[in-house]
Amino acid sequence: MNASSDADHFVVFDRVQKSYDGENLVVKDLNLAIGKGEFLTMLGPSGSGKTTCLMMLAGFETATHGEILLDGQPINNIPPHKRGIGMVFQNYALFPHMTIAENLSFPLEVRKIGKSDREQKVQRALDMVEMGSFGGRRPAQLSGGQQQRVALARALVFEPELVLMDEPLGALDKQLREKMQFEITNLAHNLGITTVYVTHDQTEALTMSDRVAVFDDGRIQQLAAPDTLYESPENSFVAQFIGENNTLMGTVESIENDLAVVKLDDGELIDTLPVNVTKVGDRTLVSIRPERVEYDPSRLQPGAHTVKAEVLEFIYMGDIYRTRLRVAGNDDFFIKTRNAPDQRRLQPGEQIEIGWRAKDCRALDA
Amino acid sequence: MTDAAAQTEAKSGPVLAADGRPLKASLRRALRAQKMRALLLIAPLLLFIMITFILPIADMLFRSVENQIVSETLPRTVVALEDWEDHDQPPSEDVYAALYYDLFEAAEFRIHSRVGSRLNYEMTGVSSLFRQSGRGVGRFDTDIYTDQFAELDADWADPRVWATLMEDESVRAALPETASAYDGWVNVTIEANEDDPLEEDVEDYVYTALYRDLAARGYDGSSAMLSEAAEAVGAFETVSLREQFAEIDEDWLDPAVFETIWVYSPNYTAGYFLTAVDLQLTADGIEPQSEDLRVYLTLFKRTMFMSLVIMGSCVLLGYPIAFLLANLPMRISNILLILVLLPFWTSLLVRTSAWKVLLQQQGVINDILVWIGLVADNDRLALINNQTGTIIAMTHILLPFMILPLYSVMQTIPPSYVRAAKSLGATDWTAFWRVYFPQSVPGIGAGCILVFILAIGYYITPELVGGRTGTFISNRIAYHISTSLNWGLAAALGSILLILVLALYWAYDRIVGIDNVKLG
Repeated sequence: MNASSDADHFVVFDRVQKSYDGENLVVKDLNLAIGKGEFLTMLGPSGSGKTTCLMMLAGFETATHGEILLDGQPINNIPPHKRGIGMVFQNYALFPHMTIAENLSFPLEVRKIGKSDREQKVQRALDMVEMGSFGGRRPAQLSGGQQQRVALARALVFEPELVLMDEPLGALDKQLREKMQFEITNLAHNLGITTVYVTHDQTEALTMSDRVAVFDDGRIQQLAAPDTLYESPENSFVAQFIGENNTLMGTVESIENDLAVVKLDDGELIDTLPVNVTKVGDRTLVSIRPERVEYDPSRLQPGAHTVKAEVLEFIYMGDIYRTRLRVAGNDDFFIKTRNAPDQRRLQPGEQIEIGWRAKDCRALDA
Repeated sequence: MTDAAAQTEAKSGPVLAADGRPLKASLRRALRAQKMRALLLIAPLLLFIMITFILPIADMLFRSVENQIVSETLPRTVVALEDWEDHDQPPSEDVYAALYYDLFEAAEFRIHSRVGSRLNYEMTGVSSLFRQSGRGVGRFDTDIYTDQFAELDADWADPRVWATLMEDESVRAALPETASAYDGWVNVTIEANEDDPLEEDVEDYVYTALYRDLAARGYDGSSAMLSEAAEAVGAFETVSLREQFAEIDEDWLDPAVFETIWVYSPNYTAGYFLTAVDLQLTADGIEPQSEDLRVYLTLFKRTMFMSLVIMGSCVLLGYPIAFLLANLPMRISNILLILVLLPFWTSLLVRTSAWKVLLQQQGVINDILVWIGLVADNDRLALINNQTGTIIAMTHILLPFMILPLYSVMQTIPPSYVRAAKSLGATDWTAFWRVYFPQSVPGIGAGCILVFILAIGYYITPELVGGRTGTFISNRIAYHISTSLNWGLAAALGSILLILVLALYWAYDRIVGIDNVKLG
């Protein structure tokens, strides 16, 4: 177990289980190692167990079984205030009866840090989030974005090595959220702190993280870098949860090396990459991203299978066109094309042939 | 361009609506219907409260300064006393004469004992003095005047002659005392005795007034009958009214009685309020109440002190419960909340009586203490009929009023604050004291105000379990309302209580800020 103190094992969940009622497991056998300085996001729908994991790490919930290690030390029996973990809450949890400076000073006071030192650190932390001149205000006098920055500064002011963030941007509007995403990642990387970030917003997860752990049903469904997660989902849950996705049901017709031919339910054949299928006759859910579908005959690979499609709807979205097709009886098959000068707009009712590169179309578990 | 022009125009004058009328007027018109409907909806309650609550209370408070009874019952005496100079000596015969007329009429109307009771609040013994004298004035020896006038001229015995005489304005002006006495007698005859003043014999006191007028001023008018009488009165046999009064009771020679009447003759008096703060109004001004009568300041202090103690023990007992209620799962906290509310569904009287059973010397609590050996059997604790009893019972009764506002405020404090504090390194205690507690202060404030104001005016419980040392000012007020019938003093005590509460409320607003009080 001593090996776990190395840089790749700064935080370790070792076979952690959690149950609230003694009947259902909210977290089932969680194994996860987070490296020092890593930005890891726990992504998943509500009730998937991601927040429970965060709360166990912070010490507000105890693991029913298993062990959580921080820098090689088991922390199951250490109370939250001794763990030295910074935390940013969903509603910021800034103390309303204290000024911003007092809020930031609080963690330093309870650590018995001298007054001058404290003021210096508070000012530095506020400057870091560009809130240097707001020390005398009360939280209620700040906007949501400003409160968010203060909450971040407060979680960082006592220089923790690990910071937990529980959907910290959930209450902000889209523009502010994107700006803060950028700032948080920058800050985390510049300070070299390890960050565990919980969100249900996949865009946030993809843009901010070094690695994303996709949670569902109390388990990690896939733990990977954002690009891998998007382009190579390992199962149908991840494929559907991350990004937009077209699905078709079918049966494996033939399988060899990296190519599986799948017979769709209406009899058409398509080329896919076998991911979770192993043998001929397996039922499979085929997944393909809308932007990877080609309909221009000149861009289709020679010899690849194509599928007939009928254009149902053309949606103009500015930078892209979104077109709804009927493919193999599925009326919700979308394709996305860039709004380029030479791009043709498909007309509803048009009959077209669509195709794709076999490795963009993943045959997953049904 | 036109839009911009219209805007500059609008800025220069009042903003106009589309039809050219001022926008403010249009808005008022549009909202008037709403306001009327709102007013109509509250009108029944407003009327009900006004008629059954606000007006009676205003009337009650008015009684704390109202004092018309003396000047209305003894109008002539009050006027005559204005000329009384040496307050160490009994007043002049004029005052006794005025008192004679006043008392005679008051006795006919049977209201002489009322003014006696009123003055008895200020000077013990006046009540019985007035009651005796009301009977006594009818038996004064003043009938000698009547007889002498009748001897002089038999017409003096004829009520019709009197009536004719008194219609003459010049006669009335020449005989002011007689006119006043005659008018009073007419009034008494009609109103109190329901007789005809033209048929009834004129009372002795009117003859007395006539004698006094003629003896003092003479008569030089046109009435022959009066001129004759004016000449004759010098030889009349006389009777001293002062001695007549002294015969009824020697106390009438005591200047203090007249001083009391004189001090309390104005229509409005601060006397009740002064009494309520252990002072008294005398001819020489405001003086401290004599020592054996000083009770009210002690009672006020005790009421305040005990209310504070009750409020404090409610905070100490209620805070943990409210905290528990706010932090338990909804299902369990609802059951606990019912337990908190249970006392509300039991009669106050029953609860207080239950405390009597528990707390008395042979009661359950003492029995248990004796049984476990904490207290010797012959040295049982006095837990009831004293301050301890009142504090225990009232803390129990008022506790829900502390728990409920605390609970509803605590419910609004998100658990994430305490979690945040802990994640920032605070121990459980620090997180509670620095983060949770300050946010629950509005609830404490609301609970304290509620409990304190309820406690300060509480009546039943201190009455039942307070004994002699554990009663409140409200018990004294109730005593004056229902037993001593000194409503003026009761009203003054009540007003002071009201002012105290308002002052405390004001102080609380200045120190803590009433915005910080939350009931939910």
